[in-house]
Amino acid sequence: MQTSRRTMGTALAVLTMAALTSCGSGSEPAADGTVTLSFLVDNSQATLDTAKVLADTFTKGNPAIRVEVETRPGGTEGDNIVKTRLSTGDMSDVFWYNSGSLLQALNPAQTMVDLTGDPVLKNVQKDYLPVVTQGGRVYGVPAGTALGGGILYNRKVYEKLGLKAPTTWAEFTANNDKIKADGTTPVISTFKDTWTSQLFVLGDYYNVQAAVPDFARDYTAGTATFATTPAAQAGFEHLAEVHAKGHLNEGFGSATSEQGLKMLVEGKGAHYPMLSAMLPPLLKDYPQAATDIGFFGIPGTDPAKNGTTIWEPPGIYIAKSTEHPDAAKKFLAYIASPAAADAVNKVVQPAGPYRIEGARLPDDAIQVAKDLQAYIDKGATAPALEFLSPIKGPALEQITVAVGSGLTPPAEGAAQYDKDVAKQAKQLGLEGW
Amino acid sequence: MKNLRRAGAEAAALAVAAAVFLVPFSFMLLTAVKDDKQAADLDFSWPTSWPVVKNVIEVVSARDYVLLRAYVNSTVLTVASVALIVVCAAMAGYVLQRRAGRIGTLANFLVLSGLIIPPAIVPTIWLLQALGLFKTLPGLILVEVAFGLSYAVLLFRAFIAAIPRELDEAAMIDGCGGLTLFFRVIFPLLKPVTITVILTQSVAIFNDFVNPLYFLPGDDNATVQVTLYNFQSQYSTQWNLLFMDIVLITIPPLLAFVFFNRKIVAGMTAGAVKG
Amino acid sequence: MTGHRPDTRDAGPRSAGSGLPARRAHATRARRKTGPAYPYALYLPAALVYTVIFLVPTAMAFYFALTRWTLFDSEFVGLDNFRDFLAEQNLSIGFRNTVVYAVVTSALKVVIGLGLGVLLTSKLRLRGFLRSLVFFPVLVSTVAVGITFSVLLKPDTGLVDKALALVGISGPDWLGDASTALLSVALVDVWKGVGLATVIYIAGILSIPTDYYQAVAVDGGGAWHRFRHVTLPLSWPATYSVIILSFIGGLRSFDLIWTMTRGGPGFTSDVIASIIYKQYQAGFYGLSTAGNVLLFVVVTAIVVPLNWFLGRRQVSP
Repeated sequence: MQTSRRTMGTALAVLTMAALTSCGSGSEPAADGTVTLSFLVDNSQATLDTAKVLADTFTKGNPAIRVEVETRPGGTEGDNIVKTRLSTGDMSDVFWYNSGSLLQALNPAQTMVDLTGDPVLKNVQKDYLPVVTQGGRVYGVPAGTALGGGILYNRKVYEKLGLKAPTTWAEFTANNDKIKADGTTPVISTFKDTWTSQLFVLGDYYNVQAAVPDFARDYTAGTATFATTPAAQAGFEHLAEVHAKGHLNEGFGSATSEQGLKMLVEGKGAHYPMLSAMLPPLLKDYPQAATDIGFFGIPGTDPAKNGTTIWEPPGIYIAKSTEHPDAAKKFLAYIASPAAADAVNKVVQPAGPYRIEGARLPDDAIQVAKDLQAYIDKGATAPALEFLSPIKGPALEQITVAVGSGLTPPAEGAAQYDKDVAKQAKQLGLEGW
Repeated sequence: MKNLRRAGAEAAALAVAAAVFLVPFSFMLLTAVKDDKQAADLDFSWPTSWPVVKNVIEVVSARDYVLLRAYVNSTVLTVASVALIVVCAAMAGYVLQRRAGRIGTLANFLVLSGLIIPPAIVPTIWLLQALGLFKTLPGLILVEVAFGLSYAVLLFRAFIAAIPRELDEAAMIDGCGGLTLFFRVIFPLLKPVTITVILTQSVAIFNDFVNPLYFLPGDDNATVQVTLYNFQSQYSTQWNLLFMDIVLITIPPLLAFVFFNRKIVAGMTAGAVKG
Repeated sequence: MTGHRPDTRDAGPRSAGSGLPARRAHATRARRKTGPAYPYALYLPAALVYTVIFLVPTAMAFYFALTRWTLFDSEFVGLDNFRDFLAEQNLSIGFRNTVVYAVVTSALKVVIGLGLGVLLTSKLRLRGFLRSLVFFPVLVSTVAVGITFSVLLKPDTGLVDKALALVGISGPDWLGDASTALLSVALVDVWKGVGLATVIYIAGILSIPTDYYQAVAVDGGGAWHRFRHVTLPLSWPATYSVIILSFIGGLRSFDLIWTMTRGGPGFTSDVIASIIYKQYQAGFYGLSTAGNVLLFVVVTAIVVPLNWFLGRRQVSP
């Protein structure tokens, strides 16, 4: 009996040993003094490409510091992993994450290295800092470029039908009717990737702000809501309208963003409400996307106030749990430098302007980036609501799918979203909710 | 006439079953061996070219051979967890079935709770951290054991119900008691249901992707299902590679199945059915 | 450890740590003499792992269900989370879907599993091959099945719709259309899980003594008679196992729904588990834990009476 127990114990010990030896931890400093930084990014192609270039070119200039890129799933699933790892003190040294409202939920004061006043921020444009700031302290540097959220359109289709980029929603609808009459899908929707359904609402914020300048402040305070602000509810109405008019592609409910982009580039669809950043990874397979695809902001009611909503670049942050804060800061300083922007340009076409002083778009920038730059030069842009307010309801993407599929009337969708927002504000523990 | 009709019905049933079950698998296999252009059509067609080796190499070498590391991790995870589950659950199921009483009632309740209550991720992580087991394979093994115990205990309990108590009594007269009785006499008799538990649990653990995602994060530690999950976005335009990945990671459970095939029904006959 | 009475011949050594169970064992022994043959120590390894890794975190979670919890800090809010979760706008859809999903999947698994079980125990050429074929989906991971069927169920270009087009039916957008999404996932679930039900039925049918069939043959009963009066009633234990396993599975089902539709389009294929998961993803940890507690209550409230009802039938078939 004793022996059989001992055998079992030995067997277990052997198993445990085998298990232990098969996984190593990677952050120990090596004998020769080189330091390895782990760098967590989401697994979208554009991010991964950018991160790899940053890591490689940085190590070339700093041979004593190696950067290992680690990936995580994107979307809310990724948010969760980031939160769990931060709260359990198990974050990678450096990580790539959204700026704006999503950053607030990470409790940066407790989990990230404070960069306020640090030379790391030397090249970062001042107007970027608010989206990586909490409680007056700055925590990140911009990753990649700012992007436009609006309508990507196929310029070949426009040329063929003699259309011009609309400045009001009525013009947009008229264009859609003509495109449909020609046998092309006017508006591409890809609700399998639910996040893509939010563009009509989130991308409309420039128009909301044009009509109600204080919306963001009042919304954060809980006094303005989507359902009671006609300009804010318009986004939901647009969504319902394109569906009701039959302007959507067939099978929009199970289409993916990848299919949507393909439709757009091949000219099977004319418009795709989307973020401009989705375009560059496509260039490898469809080089014509660089010139054929243009961008315009979601049109509002007043042609004189035509403009677009932009998304600030995500941030790159240092986890407080890092053992190599100095190496990490060196890496961040490099990321926020014109040299890094140039290196990235060679691999990933920028989809919008940089937030780094001295970093420029290359001369052969893609059409989408040029169109976006034109809005910025005109001063006709507003950041998306999530960069002005810490509150973003998590269920928006499901609500917009329901409204955009004709399952929920727009007014009801807006009201549902207000409830969702209230829930988020309460969970964030904001004042006055 | 009757025989003919019967043969006809049989043939029809066969055809339907073959279509329903065979077609999806052939689809996976065919897509996995196509070139990326043809695979993008996602239709059910014969491959025009056969870049099998190239696809395999591309999938295996992706991201620094993460798939190979994942195979090692998954194998260690599955073998160790299943071994622990079998030993723990067989002992617990045995006492649970043989010995009523307040502790038995409590244990019964806990076993059912284990089936019903969804696990709490974050407190589990804290606990593993406190034990120094977070982000380690042993930690994940314990997690899989804890989550898999209930089901295995139920199967063992049901099977043991069919073993006559007279056997225990005879063994006791021969001087066996307690642990000896269990390991010398009862455990060898549990072979059929043990095989069922091994098969169902190893498939469940090998195919699990939620727990590794939370309790063993990081590319170094990936298990095969996590690689598939990550490849989903990486290969969003290369369906042949995505399906090759699916085919490659389905091979180990397939082998296990071929190995245990004949024993499954025997285990079920003895175990689950007598519930 | 003082209670070893020679008449029970409990000579086996006990682990030193089993003092408490041994005392209990002593009390039990007064009632039944077989006690020491079944030492509670055998529970120890299972109980240890289960308590540390499952029970303790679960107990902690029950506390956090009463807090506003951001992972970084928590604040006691009483029953607010339960109120908020119950006020969740789509909870009623989710609840209905959960029940529909569990009923549809377990009913189909019973019917198809029984049918295949009968078919695959009859004298059929290719029987072995078919058994393997039907069981094979059980071995494939949910993620892989989800990816494959998302492709097969694509509108127009997917294999299923193409096959339907051959017979002149224009198939719907299975996963993208609100009216078909949940049922499509349920059918894939059946496809993946029916192999297990079939194996359970095969085992059940094989364990029916052949005398019964001979008796029917003597009476001159046909195939239907044989099925109706022997196979069906005597495979009841198998039916019981299939129902309980697939019903609990169905009520808690989450991964397949999540991989295939994420509860969409909109909220139309949400089940309770996916609503809980969405709260979790949004970072509402207290809220999602409260949802878990409620799900536990719901499943218990449905499964325990069902188990009792089915179990009673099982005693007197």
